[in-house]
Amino acid sequence: MTRAASVPIAVRGVAKSYGKVVALDHVDLDVQSGEFLTLLGPSGSGKTTLLMVLAGFIRPDEGSIRFGTSEVIRLAPHKRDVGMVFQNYALFPHLDVAGNVAFPLKLRGVGAQDIARRVETVLETVKLAGFGARRIHELSGGQKQRVALARAIVFEPRIVLMDEPLSALDRKLRELMQIELRQLHDKLGMTTIYVTHDQREAITMSDRVAVIAGGRVMQVDTPRRIYDRPANRFVAEFVGESTFLGVDIDGDKCSCGGTPIRVAALPEAARSMLLMLRPERVCVADPHRGDECNVLQAQVTDVIYQGDTYLVQGLLRDGARISARGISSATALARVPAVGDMAPFSFAAEDAVLVSDAAA
Amino acid sequence: MATIAHPVISAASGTNARGLRRDQLRERIALLSLCAPALLLVLVTMLLPIAWLFSLSFTADDGSLSLVHYRRMLEQPSYASIFVMTFKVSLITTGICVAFGYPLAYVLSQLPRRAANLCLIAVMLPFWTSLLVRTYAWLVLLQRQGLINSWGIRLGLWDEPLALVNNLSGTLVGMVHIMLPFLVLPLLGTMRSIDHDYIKAAANLGASPTRAFWSVFFPLSLPGLFAGALIVFIICLGFYVTPAVLGGGKVIMVSNQIASDIELFFNWGAASSLGVLLLALTLAFLYIASRLTRLEHLVGEGSR
Repeated sequence: MTRAASVPIAVRGVAKSYGKVVALDHVDLDVQSGEFLTLLGPSGSGKTTLLMVLAGFIRPDEGSIRFGTSEVIRLAPHKRDVGMVFQNYALFPHLDVAGNVAFPLKLRGVGAQDIARRVETVLETVKLAGFGARRIHELSGGQKQRVALARAIVFEPRIVLMDEPLSALDRKLRELMQIELRQLHDKLGMTTIYVTHDQREAITMSDRVAVIAGGRVMQVDTPRRIYDRPANRFVAEFVGESTFLGVDIDGDKCSCGGTPIRVAALPEAARSMLLMLRPERVCVADPHRGDECNVLQAQVTDVIYQGDTYLVQGLLRDGARISARGISSATALARVPAVGDMAPFSFAAEDAVLVSDAAA
Repeated sequence: MATIAHPVISAASGTNARGLRRDQLRERIALLSLCAPALLLVLVTMLLPIAWLFSLSFTADDGSLSLVHYRRMLEQPSYASIFVMTFKVSLITTGICVAFGYPLAYVLSQLPRRAANLCLIAVMLPFWTSLLVRTYAWLVLLQRQGLINSWGIRLGLWDEPLALVNNLSGTLVGMVHIMLPFLVLPLLGTMRSIDHDYIKAAANLGASPTRAFWSVFFPLSLPGLFAGALIVFIICLGFYVTPAVLGGGKVIMVSNQIASDIELFFNWGAASSLGVLLLALTLAFLYIASRLTRLEHLVGEGSR
């Protein structure tokens, strides 16, 4: 398989509601040519609806979708020329592996010899060389996943859509497939939209992540930006662990329960803001030092050993909770405070992020 | 004691092994005894009568063991034509049922569940009325002065009353009406179990709706169609009431011949041999069918 031509996707004002339930609330989204973009959101957020609208299986109420320069919103699914990997794979049980993979080629009138060659090549690409004659029910979950992928890319579509393709696999296989899918994308270069509710998967695989909730796009950004600088409380809570502390903002001064806090960036507008802290960036056993460091004293309420890491929870004087997570090395564990102690929870200014309390 | 005997540890003699084995055996016997009434019923109502039928068919009028009844079937051409008629009527009925039933089941399978169930009641309703009543109802509709002929003439569609009943076509109308649910139900079960994502996948890969139907939906529905057609065909082979009432003596199937052998000629041996032969042919047919498909589809299991 060689690099395929890819196109950008432009979604403008796409809306869909079922009676009073709004599934998509005027979504705008730009996907660059050859980009791997993940739609991340909880179930019922509208991410799958958006994918189905892109594939043509759900007819939206209004809006515009462009693949490259052509408007496709009214185009029937079979004319859109996008590859799709379904959540349950949807491999045809009455055909063998080669028959499934050859299906889109036959529809496109490719010659028999050419079909055989391309099926063999694509099966090699997904590491299933020699599996052509297998029946679908003889395959393991991971193999079905690969066949579904092969079928979606064999006709060299410019766009590939994936609907939680790894959700049925066990954790180890899922992590392996995440890397393989990403490598395949780098090799073939088609514009890919990937749907998942697994934030770690989204961050691992994507060029950019679009966090979706309530039928709206909350934030579209690189995985790093999504994690480090979430746009609002929802994104911060959905992606990774976080604790929120109420803060007072007075001009360019920020304080929490009377203690001044140095933060990464102050908000442009005076909105209701919260201080967001990632537990793994808060230290309790081995405090940060220096000017750019914040320290909050808290009484330790829980110390939880979790194998690779430990979690310490503390109660601030004003009743707010704060958490710190650390790598459970022997030296760190020896320095973890005991339950009931007052301990300094410290974090760098760079990791003290102010987020809007509102949903959007 | 100078030596210490080591206990021999094996799967069969560990702690409580004997007791656990006995519990398992008891449980199996208890489960088996639950089907005892059903087994008894099968024995009394099916196996014993068939055995009796079997022995009757090999008994001559003087009580001796003989093949006279089977020989008569070979020698008299009327018997051959009866079997030909039986298979012909069954085949045509099955064919018409498939032609009507497949589109019907398809529409039902695509309707929302609630609407489909309402429509299904319409299919099932005749199922719940007596077969005899339905058959005579067709007679009323189809006869020379029946509803269809009188309306047809009044509307000027045709001048002379059409011979709609007391012939093969009348029999077929009645049999198709009665047999349709037997085709639709297993077929609908199979169609409903076809994941809609298969059709979506076909469309996504470039198949037009028509193409997606023929290359994905239709092949996946075949097991249900085959099961339904087989049930219809086999039930048709033993049909009695409908050909008797609507056939007007022109459609003589095996069951009708059996009835007249007993009612007119009191020849139990001849009747029994016909019954045995029909049973043998049906079983042979089922065997061939079972080689072509898996019989679990007969009970409406979807393709997996």
